[in-house]
Amino acid sequence: MNLYINGRIAVAALRVNKLRSVLTMLGIIIGVAAVIVMVGVGAGAQARVEEQIRLLGSNLIVVMSGSVNQGGARAGQGTQWTISEDDAIAIQTELESIVAAAPNVRGQVQIVHGNLNWGTAVIGATPEFFEVRDWQLESGRALEVEDVRDIERVAWLGQTVLTNLFPDEDPVGLTVRIRNTPFIIAGTLVGKGQSGQGQDQDDIIVVPLSTAKKKLLGRPPADPRVVASITVKVAAGASMISAEEHIRDLLRDRHQLQAFQEDDFILRNLAEIMRTQEASSKVLALLLAAVASVSLLVGGIGIMNIMLVSVTERTREIGLRMAVGARGRDVLSQFLVEAVLLSLLGGGIGVLLGLAGSAGIGHFAGWRVLIEPSSVLLSFGFAGLIGVFFGFYPARQAAALDPIVALRRD
Amino acid sequence: MAVPVIETRDLVKTYVLGGQEVQALRGVSLVIGKGEYVAVMGPSGSGKSTFLNLIGCLDTPTAGLYRLDGTDVSALPAENLAQVRNRKIGFVFQGFNLLPRLNALQNVEMPLLYSGTNRRDWRRLAEERLAAVGLAERSHHLPSQLSGGQQQRVAIARALVNTPALILADEPTGALDSRTGEEIMGIFERLNAEGITIVLVTHEHDIARCARRILSFRDGVLVRDENVDRRSPMGRGPTEPGIGAASPVGTGLGAP
Repeated sequence: MNLYINGRIAVAALRVNKLRSVLTMLGIIIGVAAVIVMVGVGAGAQARVEEQIRLLGSNLIVVMSGSVNQGGARAGQGTQWTISEDDAIAIQTELESIVAAAPNVRGQVQIVHGNLNWGTAVIGATPEFFEVRDWQLESGRALEVEDVRDIERVAWLGQTVLTNLFPDEDPVGLTVRIRNTPFIIAGTLVGKGQSGQGQDQDDIIVVPLSTAKKKLLGRPPADPRVVASITVKVAAGASMISAEEHIRDLLRDRHQLQAFQEDDFILRNLAEIMRTQEASSKVLALLLAAVASVSLLVGGIGIMNIMLVSVTERTREIGLRMAVGARGRDVLSQFLVEAVLLSLLGGGIGVLLGLAGSAGIGHFAGWRVLIEPSSVLLSFGFAGLIGVFFGFYPARQAAALDPIVALRRD
Repeated sequence: MAVPVIETRDLVKTYVLGGQEVQALRGVSLVIGKGEYVAVMGPSGSGKSTFLNLIGCLDTPTAGLYRLDGTDVSALPAENLAQVRNRKIGFVFQGFNLLPRLNALQNVEMPLLYSGTNRRDWRRLAEERLAAVGLAERSHHLPSQLSGGQQQRVAIARALVNTPALILADEPTGALDSRTGEEIMGIFERLNAEGITIVLVTHEHDIARCARRILSFRDGVLVRDENVDRRSPMGRGPTEPGIGAASPVGTGLGAP
């Protein structure tokens, strides 16, 4: 008596009641498919977050201008620029765990080239910007300290701006007009794709910080040194929390804030924000996986139910098989194989359905769905385990039948 | 003397039904030799079914000894009894008990599944047995496509497939019309002539007289053990002296 024989008997038995077999499998099919889709969506979300963190620079702290207190009225965040290039220099030079601190300003501008124009974000930056953001040049030269010092009218284009203004020519060396000021294109940036919030990170141009302040921002600030934000890159392996603490202490000290005064700046840890997102997407996936496993459980109970029916229906067959020499364990394995086949078949269909569903969700909802072979294997194996677990009791009932009684049963 | 196929001594079977002990068999001792053709008779409740279950190794006696083909099987556990049934006994039932989804050949093969026979030999063995009962050309028919007599012949082929020491037939003609019944009895006759031991349970005297020897049960005891008077006795199945014979040979049941 071997698996092959039992398998043949089981296939024959399942084919007799095709509809019943399929209905019995349904719970397993849905459960396995749901598990695969959920794990796929969860893994996809996680991979996306990880990739965003990597693209953004994994260990960044952003220092932004905070609220200022003017005679008791607290203005909102960023209403007034409270941090300066000198703060950035101090952070970079005085703190050990900091690799670089890039001061920048931001604005919205319209760029014109020939008969094409494009509205985009402009970033006024220093050479540190590229290091902090891990942003490589696709072509052209790098932004130098001299560009900032000499308020050069040079610009670096992001991929989106590039494709919109220069659909089919190399822009390096050409001139664009921003706010009626001609800028020479010094280089282009490699593509970064969407940010965690769904923004197009490539819809951007970079100009020297000084140039941006002087030529591009509507009203230059009173203090020429202030900036909108400082992006700080923490050394790999250093603690983000203690780095944040050090920056806070340094800035409070530099801004001469008393103990009772609030910070006039805000610290944001990007990786942390994203990890929070990741955690919430994980919780969601876990919740759905729990629902899916309930479905698997219900499917298992369905299999048990139908196997009990099957044993009752085939009592005479069992009696006959025992009379001609089937031992208890032969009968046990026959029905166990049948239950496992049922659940594995359901698992197989569920896997196919889950893969199709994942592809569908990826295609229509535009989510990234990541199918890991291990999750497919795991849910398939789990389906088999359910077959063994829920098939065992009916199979044991069958094996425990008395051949005399079983043969007489109608 | 050769080892008898069946040897029982003081076989007792007691059931407990609703708290009450029921003695279905109260001490049966007999010997059935190789190549005998024995009919077992008796009214319902006489213990003949219990006797059949015991010698068919479907059940174990409460007390007493049962040797099948020289081996004591009275106290074997269920697993071993299954193997004994598989190798030594071929069952033929009143209701044929063929599996409806399997064709004739697959039905005949069924006992081979449990015998450890090489799978390559299954088909050949089953085809041989089907040919022996004259159904070689029907091997791929389902039971529903066969007549009652043909179904019973498939069942006989199945009983023969493991070359058992003993064929146990429980009312083999009970579900058949008399002509088909005769056909089946003809097959048993032929098998017996080839040396196969047959024990047949029936309540029809006509059927019983096809055998060489008739055992009659009543109230759990063997009340009569007689040889059938035949025009050409083949010399088989003499009553063993001193064993369980309740009445002398040749009495009762009328002259042929």
